[in-house]
Amino acid sequence: MARYILTRLLQAVFVLWAAFTVSFILLQALPGDEILIKFENPDLGLSKQQIADIRLAYGADVPLHQQYLFSLGRVLSGQLGNSIQRGVPVIDAIAANLPSTLRLTVLGFVTAASLALVIAFLATLTPFAFLRSLLRGLPSLFISLPVFWLGIVLIQVFSFQLKLIPVIGAGPWEGLVLPVLALAVPISAPLAQVLVRSIDEVETQGFVAVARAKGASRRWVLWRHVFRNAVPPTLTIGGVLFGELLAGAVVTETVFGLNGLGRLTEQAVNLQDAAILQAIVLIAALGFVLVNLSVDLVMPILDPRLRKAFGGAS
Amino acid sequence: MSIVQSPEGFATADQPSVSSERWRARLRRLRPGLVLAWATVAIAVAWATLPWLFTSYSPVDGVPRQRRLPPGALHWFGTDELGRDLYARVVHGAVHTLSGALISVAVGLAMGTLIGLIAGSVERRLDDAIMRVIDVMLAVPALLLSLSIIIILGFGTVNAAIAVGVASIASFARLARSEVVRVRRMDYVEAAFGSGGRFFAVLWRHVLPNSLTAVLALAALQFGHAVLAISTLGFLGYGAPPPTPEWGLLISEGRNYISTAWWLTVFPGLVVVAVVLAANRIGQSLVRRTL
Repeated sequence: MARYILTRLLQAVFVLWAAFTVSFILLQALPGDEILIKFENPDLGLSKQQIADIRLAYGADVPLHQQYLFSLGRVLSGQLGNSIQRGVPVIDAIAANLPSTLRLTVLGFVTAASLALVIAFLATLTPFAFLRSLLRGLPSLFISLPVFWLGIVLIQVFSFQLKLIPVIGAGPWEGLVLPVLALAVPISAPLAQVLVRSIDEVETQGFVAVARAKGASRRWVLWRHVFRNAVPPTLTIGGVLFGELLAGAVVTETVFGLNGLGRLTEQAVNLQDAAILQAIVLIAALGFVLVNLSVDLVMPILDPRLRKAFGGAS
Repeated sequence: MSIVQSPEGFATADQPSVSSERWRARLRRLRPGLVLAWATVAIAVAWATLPWLFTSYSPVDGVPRQRRLPPGALHWFGTDELGRDLYARVVHGAVHTLSGALISVAVGLAMGTLIGLIAGSVERRLDDAIMRVIDVMLAVPALLLSLSIIIILGFGTVNAAIAVGVASIASFARLARSEVVRVRRMDYVEAAFGSGGRFFAVLWRHVLPNSLTAVLALAALQFGHAVLAISTLGFLGYGAPPPTPEWGLLISEGRNYISTAWWLTVFPGLVVVAVVLAANRIGQSLVRRTL
């Protein structure tokens, strides 16, 4: 057990380090000179000497490998450097925007999971075959919906046609209803697909037939036996889902004009603010790694079969 | 979706009658959904290649007196704030979105297959190192990866397409590697090596072509994702500059008239959904066939 946990931890640390290195190479080393872009603007009227001083202050003329080691050390001590465009430490910009995005994504995830559960259940329990296949086709439709378009259509229907949610001046929670929905619908699709597939798989197994033969009702067997065995496989896509939530936040926050990490990302791309984008990429990688790590550690607890077959557990 | 087997099947366990079996087989062969999907893609491709066959209106020049007309017999999708026919803009925009998706799939396919081929055929340690880097690419959401590329390359149709393509390299590389590893163990590859074939020659003549089937099926599936991603980048304003009628950009522009002209966002969006749905459907059937 200890060895399993240790390998997983080491792998997680490696992925984070590699994510940092790759994003450093992509965003800090390669692109044009951010400082020159901002400060060589003739409107600012800075002299060459002043620009050189600014470059010195940001450490832009230090050799690349030293910059790399410096910023790696900075990240390890919990600092993310300064955003040249905003003139504030990156960590402050992230911290200011994190809570609202956290609220959006957590609500989005809960909604997506409930939606996926409802679809999977109805797709197994609905009486008519054509209704079932219709419900099974629903995730394919959801996955094909552009989040930004879904958001706009939701605003059109609920705010302008039905006038249920005011466009301006909605309460803090009321204003979250549509963004959460727009975020959740496409994300519920892969969840529902995995869930349906895994329910199908479990239903064909012997112990389900035995439970049915003993006289248990289909609904009871589904809830008590099938469902419990069908959920763990859905956890394995948890890491990917985290990334999807963050990426979805970029679009939903832009469409609905909410503040948060997503909006920050969108602005960072517009301003070519590489430091902010690198921080967001690192947060995404960190989330992915943490979610996957906890899934890997929780799975053997949920599924006793994995506890025996240790080394090979994926 | 394929025919759903009855969930009760295992409990009742009675054999289906011969006639119903034959009927099902015939239905399975026909697959109306798949036919519809191919038709949708065919229309979209026709829009992209021969747009003037489908509309006589200009996608760029508007008629000032026909501003924001609702959909009707003259203007199927209505007109926008400059009096341009929206249907004409959607038809002429197909080439931007679809060629973007094509470029991005080509980038992902070429780079991913190359990386997979290398990883699958070199020694173990180098293979491990390459695949760990691929794992890192999978740890970052595709949109953020694309945005990182866009920050480097700048905005534009081709840049956005490349960015989407780069984000898909990892999944191509993974699949290509596993296929290469599978094919390398085949007898005919051994035989080719045994009869004196050089390493790269065997790789090129035998391993690569036989590994490609599954990878090409993934490319078909990736096309739908690419259309979605490209229109998202277009919507965010990182793709083609206005007045290009790229689909994502059309929706973004229509957003300003959300309360007065619903058709400006609804119709381009429906077209995107239809094309993505169709591409996914075709991709899935191809992937299923290669398994």
